[in-house]
Amino acid sequence: MAPAPSSTSSAITLTINGEKYPLSVDHRTTLLDALRERLDLTGTKKGCDQGQCGACTVLVDGRRAVACLQLAVAAEGREITTIEGVADGERLHPVQQAFLDLDGFQCGYCTPGQICSAVAMIEEHAAGWPSAVTDDVRPEAGPPPLTAEEIRERMSGNLCRCGAYVSIVQAVAQAAAVDEEAAA
Amino acid sequence: MTTATRLTPSVGTAHSRVEGVDKVTGAARYAGEIPFAELAHGWLALSTVARGRIRSVEADGVLGMPGVLAVLYHGNAPRVDTDHVGLLGVKPEPTTALFQHDRVPHMGWPVALVVAETSEQAREAAEALVVTYEQEPHDVAFSGGRPDAYSVDSHMPGATEKGDLESELAASAVVVDAEYTTPEEHHNPMEPHAATAHWDGGRLEVVDSNQGSTWVAQELAALFSLEPSAVRVRSEHIGGGFGSKGVRAHQVAAVMAATALQRPVRVVLTRRQMFSLAGYRSPTAQRVRLGADADGRLRALEHRSLSVTSTVHEFVEPSSGPARVMYDADAHHTANEVVRLDVPTPTWMRAPGEAPGSFALESALDELAEKCGLDPIELRTRNEPEAGPVSGLPFSSRNLLACFQEGARRFGWADRDPRPGLRRDGRWLLGTGTAAASFGAGAAPSTAALTAEADGTFTVRITASDIGTGARTALTLIAADALEVAPDRVRVRIGDSDFGFAMIAGGSMGTRSWGWAIMAAAQELRERLALGGGIPSEGITVRSDTSAAVGALAQKERHSFGAQFAEVAVDVTTGEVRVRRMLGMFAAGRIVNPLTARSQFTGGMIWGISMALHEEAVRDRTSGGHVGADLAGYHVAAHADVPHIEADWVDDPDPDDPVGIKGIGEIGIVGAAAAIANAVWHATGVRHRNLPIRPDRVLLAAAAGTGARDA
Repeated sequence: MAPAPSSTSSAITLTINGEKYPLSVDHRTTLLDALRERLDLTGTKKGCDQGQCGACTVLVDGRRAVACLQLAVAAEGREITTIEGVADGERLHPVQQAFLDLDGFQCGYCTPGQICSAVAMIEEHAAGWPSAVTDDVRPEAGPPPLTAEEIRERMSGNLCRCGAYVSIVQAVAQAAAVDEEAAA
Repeated sequence: MTTATRLTPSVGTAHSRVEGVDKVTGAARYAGEIPFAELAHGWLALSTVARGRIRSVEADGVLGMPGVLAVLYHGNAPRVDTDHVGLLGVKPEPTTALFQHDRVPHMGWPVALVVAETSEQAREAAEALVVTYEQEPHDVAFSGGRPDAYSVDSHMPGATEKGDLESELAASAVVVDAEYTTPEEHHNPMEPHAATAHWDGGRLEVVDSNQGSTWVAQELAALFSLEPSAVRVRSEHIGGGFGSKGVRAHQVAAVMAATALQRPVRVVLTRRQMFSLAGYRSPTAQRVRLGADADGRLRALEHRSLSVTSTVHEFVEPSSGPARVMYDADAHHTANEVVRLDVPTPTWMRAPGEAPGSFALESALDELAEKCGLDPIELRTRNEPEAGPVSGLPFSSRNLLACFQEGARRFGWADRDPRPGLRRDGRWLLGTGTAAASFGAGAAPSTAALTAEADGTFTVRITASDIGTGARTALTLIAADALEVAPDRVRVRIGDSDFGFAMIAGGSMGTRSWGWAIMAAAQELRERLALGGGIPSEGITVRSDTSAAVGALAQKERHSFGAQFAEVAVDVTTGEVRVRRMLGMFAAGRIVNPLTARSQFTGGMIWGISMALHEEAVRDRTSGGHVGADLAGYHVAAHADVPHIEADWVDDPDPDDPVGIKGIGEIGIVGAAAAIANAVWHATGVRHRNLPIRPDRVLLAAAAGTGARDA
């Protein structure tokens, strides 16, 4: 139910997957609950609601963020991308296609978060961001080889209880290779 | 059928999941995601004491808060009938007898449900609700050697005994006598338990996340004294279960509130609430005594296991079960005992009994191999039984040694130097270990409906449950082969109790039980279609029921088997243990879909890594509750914890199953923790008999020096 604007709620406009969504929200409403309970964008999952599992990972201005630790009112003016906005129409994003082909999921509940995380992670890596397992972290060193170890480290904020990690890592590597080919 | 040439069989070939596109695009809707008009939100309030009585629930204090619609508690909740036995042959889990009395038997017991217009309002009011208690002293201290432990029968006898244990031990050239412990472990499926209940024209409808919609519907009908046909439960997509998603407090709460308010009500457990309300694997304290001749042949085997249950329900973690299958001895004694404490009731969790039991038994076998100076695989080869060690029944098939042989070849086991503590890679000590695995292979009665549609396609309707196993896809392939059509002409609809009774997703029996029902229906449908005469617009539907066929299965020892291999690296100066690689070889019946089956096996093996190194729910004896009941305080294996893992299988079709299936959901975890612990010994020379193998345990063992080689 939409609360009327008051001292405990506000009228805001969220920009999600390129579309504007005007809504009135309780100030306590997280971005995650706004997506799921108010805008019927249920692809973003609630696994723990306290920033520990990564199931609610979305992109905020192109960077990974857990939607459960962000208030909806604070997301106004940001470009938010959810799993519903990752594909190009009917054509799956290379990360989605690789997850499908290589069975990078089982129950599927962590999957939207894994995929959003992987999409941004591949870009972070290509932009030269180091990780905790990167040997040479000097900016001039450029992106390290995207080894399985690098992928595991960079994806560790996204838990998968079914244990689909082996094929997720393969899927991310395959999708990153597709990206590299496209860029070449 | 309509095809002139026989199609290539679908079973045995890799197929991506039929619902896969929905899951990678976010289109798949799970239980808490189906929209309802006029939906209200319920939030459970849980007890803050571990034992006592509720003195007052001060509902008036929150009823005036914004949006609050109702507060349900023992003073005003409708009565439920808990005097029945459910589909799985046990009485209802005690927390489903929601708000029936003022007793509090453990910390986190549900004491009230606050219902409000929004989840934020419900949550605030539930947190503001004042509940006062008459507190009583509690006891949550689990340990081996409790004097109040007693033996419990479950789906297996509590105790088995043959031969004179003490005299065989005395006559043995080599004896292992060791105690092992495993901690309290929690399922933690990624999707929290969620249910929405509403009344629709005199029928109770529940949209739920469960492992068996028939099961949940029957339990809810019995609890609320409704005709079974007056309850419909749907559960299309389930974000993991692992044994925890049966009938629990949230469904009962949602039904009570939807009945009281006459509008749809959704109740979702929080991650923290799941630690109290979703069940868990009991901690275990196990003692294994092995006596053998110098050549390693077992003369004596004793495996005793103690687990915990609540004061209000009996549940036993039957960890001595694997010994009844794996190894024989002249004197063979096993026992499963429990002690009742002021804690929540444990439940089935992936490979109940086998997971902790195999850790103890397969670690003890490794210790025996060391003492005998035998290779661990050779020791197991010498103790391969002819028949069930306890039952005396023949094995339907037992391809354990084939798993060891092929696994050893691929893993490079032949090159292994058995001596511990010799291999070094920089700061890391390296070691390898192996262990055997087994899990029961069964089937349970199920029904299916199969329709030949007028457009040439087929529809299967079955109350199956795909909790991430790939069951929906496997059943599509099975139906396609049975009908001799391509899989894209078969639509499999699952997760709706209106489709009729069927086995749950549990006991590694789901896909086998459901596949059997589909095979039976397909056979009859093909006979009907062979008569000719065309298909009417509503299609031609046949129904199957496998009760008689499953009931006629001859009594045998029916199991899947496997061999686990692990390589670990241990840094004894930081205490860190890293698994570097794992290989699992399995003999687990016919593999329906190699793509998803491999995921099942490796997923189970990752549970083994998690069990060996990470998972441990810590209970504070003073409060009786958990410390850090969340995914930060309770670590499950993350990407960085998991190396490349391989799983494969040997040919092992079950001749007594129409498809040849045995079941693969659980065996991946069995033996995995033992293989890792055995590898840690090989790396360091220290036996770790207490899980998880935490850094502090590794450090303490290193600090104790060479004098004490156990931890």
